[in-house]
Amino acid sequence: MFRRYPKSVLPGFRISMGLTLVYLSLLVLIPFAGLILKVGGMSWNQYWSIVLSPRVLAAFRLTFGASLLAAGINAFFGFIVAWVLVRYKFPCRRLVDAMVDLPFAMPTAVSGVALLTLYKRLGQAIGVKIIFTEWGLLLALTFIGLPFVVRTLQPAIQDIEKELEEVSASLGANRWQTFWRVIFPSLRPALITGFAMAFARALGEYGSVVFIAGTSLPIVSIEIVKNLQGGQEDLMVAVAIATTMLIASFVILFCINFMQVWMNRRYNDE
Amino acid sequence: MSIEVQNITKSFGNFLALNDVSLYVKTGELVALLGPSGSGKTTLLRIIAGLEEADEGSGPVLFNNHNVANSKIGDRGVGFVFQHYALFRHMTVFENVAFGLRVRPRETRPDNGEIRRRVLELLRLVQLDTQANRYPHQLSGGQRQRVALARALAVEPQVLLLDEPFGALDAKVRVELRQWLRRLHDEIHLTSVFVTHDQDEALEVADRVAVMSAGKVEQFATPNEVFHKPATEFVMNFLGSVNKFRGQITDGKVRLGGQYIMDVPENTEEAKLFVRPHELLISHKKTPNSFNLRAVVKRIHSAGARVRVELETHSGDPMTAEMTHAMLSDLNLETGQEVYVTPCNIHVFGSDEHSLEE
Amino acid sequence: MSISRQNTDEPPFVRYLLITIAITFMALFLLLPLILVFYCAFEEGLTTYWTALTSRRTIRAIGVTLLTVGIAVPINVLFGIMSAWCLGKFNFWGKSLLISLIDLPFAVSPVIAGLLFVILFGMHSIFGDWLMANFGIKILHTTTATVIATMFVTFPFVTRELLPTMQAQGSEEELAARVLGANGLQIFFRVTLPNIKWALLYGVVLCNARAMGEFGAVNVVSHGGKNNTLSLLIYETYQSDLVAAFAVSTLLALMAIVTLVLKTYIEMKTQDE
Repeated sequence: MFRRYPKSVLPGFRISMGLTLVYLSLLVLIPFAGLILKVGGMSWNQYWSIVLSPRVLAAFRLTFGASLLAAGINAFFGFIVAWVLVRYKFPCRRLVDAMVDLPFAMPTAVSGVALLTLYKRLGQAIGVKIIFTEWGLLLALTFIGLPFVVRTLQPAIQDIEKELEEVSASLGANRWQTFWRVIFPSLRPALITGFAMAFARALGEYGSVVFIAGTSLPIVSIEIVKNLQGGQEDLMVAVAIATTMLIASFVILFCINFMQVWMNRRYNDE
Repeated sequence: MSIEVQNITKSFGNFLALNDVSLYVKTGELVALLGPSGSGKTTLLRIIAGLEEADEGSGPVLFNNHNVANSKIGDRGVGFVFQHYALFRHMTVFENVAFGLRVRPRETRPDNGEIRRRVLELLRLVQLDTQANRYPHQLSGGQRQRVALARALAVEPQVLLLDEPFGALDAKVRVELRQWLRRLHDEIHLTSVFVTHDQDEALEVADRVAVMSAGKVEQFATPNEVFHKPATEFVMNFLGSVNKFRGQITDGKVRLGGQYIMDVPENTEEAKLFVRPHELLISHKKTPNSFNLRAVVKRIHSAGARVRVELETHSGDPMTAEMTHAMLSDLNLETGQEVYVTPCNIHVFGSDEHSLEE
Repeated sequence: MSISRQNTDEPPFVRYLLITIAITFMALFLLLPLILVFYCAFEEGLTTYWTALTSRRTIRAIGVTLLTVGIAVPINVLFGIMSAWCLGKFNFWGKSLLISLIDLPFAVSPVIAGLLFVILFGMHSIFGDWLMANFGIKILHTTTATVIATMFVTFPFVTRELLPTMQAQGSEEELAARVLGANGLQIFFRVTLPNIKWALLYGVVLCNARAMGEFGAVNVVSHGGKNNTLSLLIYETYQSDLVAAFAVSTLLALMAIVTLVLKTYIEMKTQDE
């Protein structure tokens, strides 16, 4: 007989599943369907003319470039922070560890106004304009991306078997060779994942960016919001940009998943 | 290369892992460190390797009478094999074995052709030359351990150290691999020390066995000696099952049930007598000139290569005897029968747990 | 100095160098902005701070924020438990698809989240027009929209924290309780809930922090003014009255610190167990 739901002695499947589906549909699926309908109402020409317009192209270029760079900075420093937190004992280790999540916990508007003031004053002190420039954007995107790298790397560093390092040393490798040839390759998947997550987060960041970069720089999320305040024509521009960004972040997520599956198949049991 | 450690002490916090241990391994010897977990055997091996450092005040670690206690593991010329293989999972079998050659300084590093030749030769030695391009996770446990061994041998170590090398393998593979290791050792004659908690493994593979307990070496001798002439009560107990008796001491003589067993030094207060199950003889009649104990047959386990008979004395103490199937059918034993039990070889230990035999 | 450490640990100077880099980076990039929030808020004295904090618009923003959190968090917690129950204790076709769909709001920029609701409820949208025509209800640019957008962006938190814990624990204990005659609610409250309480608390804390501070999505669907949340109030005032913006920021920064403390506390608790 065809079974519509799994047979289990545990109760509550139908009601929990039903409520989940209803809530999910109302809150997530219907709004997404609305977006898809909206995009569907657009012709290819219309879409391309929006996406390829100079202002939007510049926004894509700057947003992607700054996000990549910020994710790169985070990959480097995040690696050091994660390594230090897992491997070494030093005063205030717990405090530093808790602080890693600050960009998660701090509302983006607070981060935004704090970063704005900080770099405004710093800029005045050293005579360089930071805020409302690409530098300010980069600093804000670095701020929000750090936890992603650190939090994906920490468990991976924890999981490295000490024996691998010992065997490498017994075979005559020095510490740097052990790190570069043994430790680093086993951390690469986690590092790439953390990098990609920081990158994806930076692409969509709005809160802190709108404070520190102002509205003059072409930035994707800010362009979307600007266009939402106009009429129907502008709404379509926002929809087209948003769809492009959505596709980009799905591609990133898909790549992370694919890489993890592939790495698992290649190097691990199961 | 000979290995000698002198007066090594090592503690982890409050736990004393090694307590003044000394050991001398001759060149070309295959030695087993045997003991229960927590006996300090792995710690001793790691100190020889240079993965741990002995406490302050310990004696030297000598390789060919040369103190290496202050040199790094990479400079000691040791090959180390771990229980869980510790293979580099992102490298092929070939690259795993080649690792030690590739990380050498440029001046001493062989060229690629030479590395290739040596790696393939080693892989042939461990019978894995067809698996060179596979990744560790594609191999079975026994194959992985052979890769780990080839990798350790690739740097041409003077000493091979193996930490529970068969511990993670299935029973059947374990037996095959240890026989193979013995044959390999006979071929290359590399001074080797391996750690195990499995007495069969130690007795079968090693030239000499160091039986360890609570941070001390209880006995260091050939397999035959540790089995037949255990130096301490611990060794006696650890290597197979035993029956215990308490001897009576009068005038410097140990007696069991009135029967004279042996002379002991004066002032000996206690004598514990141990008899292995296969050294207990069962008969229906008294054996003359020997100690006879009356006992009732409780159970006969005959499913196995040898027969185990569980007995109980009148005072309610259990005993176990072991015999061949032929002996069993000669005796015509049945449960509930009353029989005479005679030990044919008794090991006597004093109150300090050391053997009272010479 | 220990020999073994020379082999399998970095040389001391490398260690100190790395620790220094890490701490410096963290201090400059993360700690400094946090300190600055409090410094700037009190820069012009306690009175200014207090006036800004007790102004009508601040009080109103606190009210709107608490209302939003008060609706969005409980609903999401309830839903999170429901979805974690059916995903964690049962196997069914399409399970991984459902998990991806639940995770969807995390993959979406907050601005795009706001855009979704503008499309749904905005002018000339089918749904918005229909609500207006039939019920005279306007959703966009009201607190309702703020609540809905907040619910959307905080939607996956609880499920995300509960699911791994539930899966790791399996359902043997629940089955045992079932065999012993417990009914569904008894199983949940007496067996499941004690096992997942820390993960649940963790999820609630994270969900709450995000709901309190959400800015991007809310900014898009709200018109500001009397519908301002604390985050929106910061945005509205930072150009005209920076001290007021910082005064409001201290409230949210405090909330962030409490969140981090709770998070660390929960992590320590679960490590102990």
